[in-house]
Amino acid sequence: MIDKTVPTLEEAVSGLYDGAAIMISGFGEAGVPAELIDAVVDHGATDLTIISNNAGTGDVGIAALIKANRVRKVIASYPRMAGSVHFEARYRAGDLELELVPQGNLAARIQAAGSGLGAIFTPTGFGTMLAEGKETREIDGRNYVLEYPIHADFALVKALKADRWGNLVFRKAARNFGPIMAMAAKHTIVQVSEIVPLGELDPEVIVTPGIFVERVVPVPGKSAAAA
Amino acid sequence: MQRMDKETLAARVARDIPEGAYVNLGIGQPTTVANYLPMEGDFFLHSENGILGMGPAPADEDIDWDLINAGKQPVTLLTGGCFFHHGDSFTMMRGGHIDICVMGAYQVSVHGDIANWHTGAPDAIPAVGGAMDLAVGAKQVFVMMNLLSKTGECKLVERCTYPLTGLACVSRLYSDLAIFELGFDGAKVIEMVDGLTLEKLRELTGLDLTMAA
Repeated sequence: MIDKTVPTLEEAVSGLYDGAAIMISGFGEAGVPAELIDAVVDHGATDLTIISNNAGTGDVGIAALIKANRVRKVIASYPRMAGSVHFEARYRAGDLELELVPQGNLAARIQAAGSGLGAIFTPTGFGTMLAEGKETREIDGRNYVLEYPIHADFALVKALKADRWGNLVFRKAARNFGPIMAMAAKHTIVQVSEIVPLGELDPEVIVTPGIFVERVVPVPGKSAAAA
Repeated sequence: MQRMDKETLAARVARDIPEGAYVNLGIGQPTTVANYLPMEGDFFLHSENGILGMGPAPADEDIDWDLINAGKQPVTLLTGGCFFHHGDSFTMMRGGHIDICVMGAYQVSVHGDIANWHTGAPDAIPAVGGAMDLAVGAKQVFVMMNLLSKTGECKLVERCTYPLTGLACVSRLYSDLAIFELGFDGAKVIEMVDGLTLEKLRELTGLDLTMAA
């Protein structure tokens, strides 16, 4: 019998290692797997590359990892937000590398990794600072920039429900990067509000098929509505 | 000469959005355009974080932090609205499926280049979000902004000096003083506020403007 559920957050992040590249779902606060990130802080892995839309605010989530000085590099589209004080402090001090990626290119490069593509030509960013030094090509009269996939060793994702095969459904706009990050990492670890018996999730509405998921950990009552 | 205030300008932009349009409204001033879309019509508001059919802000007791807009403010979902992941959301934006996007800008060029993500200041921490994807991907890009900066410099320019967001992509500029059509042939004036003349507008902008046909 295959059961991808693990009982504790500690077990969920076991096997994490120094220097790992970690994708973290979320847009603002919605869909951020805050408890899994806390488990990474407790785990102690360092020299991490974090791939996420934002870089955390206050003292929680990605900001907690940055504050604990575990992050070497951030790949993000919008790292600077009200309250992103730890990111800003480390970035200004020069001890945090930033790769700024337009949000759609971030999504497309993550999808390229999950899809096994070698690279993509994207129109986004052509002629801007963010395409400087990159190969370009005109295809059917339109200009494109060559961008490479973004792979990760781990993806930390927040979903609403899972079954023991790792099939997932999400909640509202907390879905955001979760499904595509789950596809792009070697090891995808998901925190869910509820584990349901196999067969309970309607096959027509499963968003992420279990093939993309390695571990599922229950964190009850942590959907935004219940928070 | 009577400048349009922000609300009047938002209402003016809303008048050019037809029923049935799939629309992305940028963070800040463009978000207020939604308040002036006719209640009785079906308009499809898209939010980059995976919402189509986005509704207005909820009452305090109905706030759900899993349901936010691109500016991370709580919103609602209209009946018939739906959610999707970031890959699909940016497919809508980059793939030419969004009919109209409305953005703010630091500068816009007469040929439709836009600069709205970075001041270029050496100590600024850059953040780009979805602006570059919308600029290249929406069928029509509208910009709304004040025509002049606080120091009186014209933000409609021959050539942007701020770092670019996208090239030759803005079709219309809605400003507090006039509305312009932008493109290959340069800026043409569509409308001016009462009391403004083409001559005065040329003087304010330093541009050799003509009226749109």
